[in-house]
Amino acid sequence: MSNEELKTKITELLPAAAFEEGGEWLTINIEPRDWLPLAQQLRNNDSLYFDYLYCLTCIDWKTHLTMVYHLSSTKHRHNIVIKSKLDRSNPEIETVSHIWRTAEFHEREVYEMFGVNFLNHPDLRLLILPDGWEGKNPLRKDFEDPINMIKL
Amino acid sequence: MWSFSHIANNLHEWLSKTFNPTMTLIIEMVLAGVAVIGLFAALGLVLVIMERKVSAWIQIRLGPNRVGPKGMLQSLADTLKLLVKEGLTPNGADKLLFNLAPFVAMIVAMLLMAPIAFAKDFQLWDLNIGVLYVSAVSSIMVISILMAGWASNNKYSLMGAMRSGAQIVSYELSAGLSILAVVVMTGSLQVSDIIHSQANGWWIFKGHIPMVIAFVTFIIAITAETNRAPFDLAEAESELTAGFHTEYSGMKFALFFLAEYVNVFIVCAIGATLFLGGWMPFHIGNWTGFNHVMDYIPSSVWFFGKTFFLIFVIMWFRWTFPRLRIDQLLNLEWKYLLPISMINLLIVTAMAILGWHF
Amino acid sequence: MFEEVGTTTEGDIIVNVGPQHPATHGVLHLVITLNGETIKKVEPHLGYIHRSIEKMCESLSYRQFIYVTSRMDYLSSHINNHACALCVEKGLQVEVPPRAQVIRVLMDELTRIASHELWWGAMAMDLGAFTPFFHAFRERESINDIMEETCGARLTMNYMVPGGVMQDLHPNFQKKVKEFMQLYKRKIHEYDELVTGNVIFQNRMKNVGYLSAEDAVSYGCSGPTARGSGVNCDIRKIYPYEIYDKLEFDEVLETGGDSFARYMVRIREMQQSIRIIEQLIDNIPEGDFQAKTKAVLKLPKGEFYTRVETARGELGVYIVSEGGTTPYRIKFRSPGFSNLSVLDHIARGSKLGDLVAMMGTLDLVIPDIDR
Repeated sequence: MSNEELKTKITELLPAAAFEEGGEWLTINIEPRDWLPLAQQLRNNDSLYFDYLYCLTCIDWKTHLTMVYHLSSTKHRHNIVIKSKLDRSNPEIETVSHIWRTAEFHEREVYEMFGVNFLNHPDLRLLILPDGWEGKNPLRKDFEDPINMIKL
Repeated sequence: MWSFSHIANNLHEWLSKTFNPTMTLIIEMVLAGVAVIGLFAALGLVLVIMERKVSAWIQIRLGPNRVGPKGMLQSLADTLKLLVKEGLTPNGADKLLFNLAPFVAMIVAMLLMAPIAFAKDFQLWDLNIGVLYVSAVSSIMVISILMAGWASNNKYSLMGAMRSGAQIVSYELSAGLSILAVVVMTGSLQVSDIIHSQANGWWIFKGHIPMVIAFVTFIIAITAETNRAPFDLAEAESELTAGFHTEYSGMKFALFFLAEYVNVFIVCAIGATLFLGGWMPFHIGNWTGFNHVMDYIPSSVWFFGKTFFLIFVIMWFRWTFPRLRIDQLLNLEWKYLLPISMINLLIVTAMAILGWHF
Repeated sequence: MFEEVGTTTEGDIIVNVGPQHPATHGVLHLVITLNGETIKKVEPHLGYIHRSIEKMCESLSYRQFIYVTSRMDYLSSHINNHACALCVEKGLQVEVPPRAQVIRVLMDELTRIASHELWWGAMAMDLGAFTPFFHAFRERESINDIMEETCGARLTMNYMVPGGVMQDLHPNFQKKVKEFMQLYKRKIHEYDELVTGNVIFQNRMKNVGYLSAEDAVSYGCSGPTARGSGVNCDIRKIYPYEIYDKLEFDEVLETGGDSFARYMVRIREMQQSIRIIEQLIDNIPEGDFQAKTKAVLKLPKGEFYTRVETARGELGVYIVSEGGTTPYRIKFRSPGFSNLSVLDHIARGSKLGDLVAMMGTLDLVIPDIDR
């Protein structure tokens, strides 16, 4: 499906979706609470069939966090980018690890690096950071580590 | 003519003339013990350097080439290093068993030296149940591995020991059955009798195909019994780091290492004795000239040549094959080798009764 | 970090494989729950060599950050650099000269062969066969020599710059590559004789670590791991970059889904790489090897994402730019991280020895997973 077709289809599914212009792929901004129902639609709808979550990450914009999901379909070969703004002090979003299994590891990474709390995640523990890590989340912009970090 | 038996006899005569019979016996026992320990050490050094050279040759590299001429003193240097290393005992280990295990392994290997005929009429102890003695004593080896694995207080060691226990106990069966094939043919358990029965041809040639099958089964079984690749599950490096000797260091590790190589030598020596005629030269029927030339080669050269050939084959296996999985290993023994060697033994028995062999 | 030493309530033992273990080829730490020899659960613990390359890149300029990425997947460092260069070029809207494109693709394919060679040797070593490692290194060595002549380094080549490659090819390049291909064709049958055709090897690999196509997609597997399950996921074919759409090569697919299928994909992929090199080696166009770019690069405000097929799978580079000289946020979607997540799924119920074989066929490179 082309970007235009995807756009109409997504608007049908989620009228509140806001589209972002200029990107290579169709980019949609959604509210965190809309994410889980939309994700299920994206995965299970036959004409969309986004079965491959190839990138899941987060961006710290200092005022808020943005979750970014890159999805593609192995059947239709179309791509889509979903973005969702999260509150910086209490970031929470539903997990999608039961829809795309790869999300389990990626969400654990985002959890420790950005402190995003994934609701209903089966195993939300530290993956990369050492056990008992206390303090800020390393990939946030205000993270400081005077010992190990070298400023250029 | 100089030969081992000649030297031994001369020594015996000189000792009998000089000392009383009791003293002679004691001195001879001490000498034999020293000789075994010396052979033990020499074999360790030689086999380690041989393994490294063979593996280097198979792996298109040079191998050790710095210490001594062509790196031949490398294993001596390694032994020196191991001697001065600290022997660690991990916390929580069963200290007695942990320290005892390498010695049990080595004593077993030394005991196995007794009935081996190194040259014509040169044997420490030609007991009348020599073959039975060998298969009985070699089974004790598993106890040292189980001791080491259990006492180390390490899960890798324990798993290695358990694998090894299952493996040695299983492969003991087909090794025993293929030894029995020769025993049935010869009608004797005595090592010297078995060798003399091959004066007119080695069993592997005289015994038709069943004997070849027995020989192949024997080689597979002894490779498994000595924990050599492709059956080195007890010390599977990529799975269990080092298996039952993970926690060993210094000389205690060296003793395990030495015992492994000496065991390889002994099982190959037994294979050479049973199937390839021991120190018997290679004879072809009525070719008198050829046979005379073969007779001129000393018996010890024949024995060591055959043994080292078998050792080379086993090393060749190690550096060529990937490792089996534990269930495949046991399947191979219980589903294939054991039935084959049992049926084979029946055929051999029939052949012996009907006199179908040469 | 380490689990309580001992057993679980059901009497299963917990074994820590790694961080220092001969089979993990790095500092991967797996906590394995074992019932006898049977695996009940595999739990990876990461981070032993996490250098936070993503954070580092935030303070490096667009020319500098490419070199840090060589240290991610050090076996296909050239392809990592390529992905980053492509992403920066996408932002700058720079047209890469044809000569640079061909050089890049040639280097990519050589890197892919070198990486698969090392994988082949290391995987055979995991299975207990030591000799293939040395045979693989014989061929890999000549690729490293080619790289050294042109790029000046053997492992972390750092040959890519935004807009092209750093310097022109060495005059010996074509001759050396042809020599390598002759050597490779002469020796390739040894691989089959030594490993692929071996009965023990086949028994160890077949019907082990089965991964279905659905699971491969759901777990985000890519590269040979997913293609072994029959998933079309070669980025060179489905989202072509550089000149891959003009080249003739096949996407290698196996439908077995087991360790042996993944093994065969990589073996056959090496031959496809040779095929690509054969098409290009005599047709390197004349011209510039680098496009004219400014000394200080500034990407426009926006987000740029490139997908590249490395030796291990799909590498994604996601640059978020605020219009400055350094990226605001950069994310590397590494193939190893997703491929590792499937390990627990495929290893359950198999024997401990097979875990090593599975890790071998997933081709895990730990710096790639930890980044």
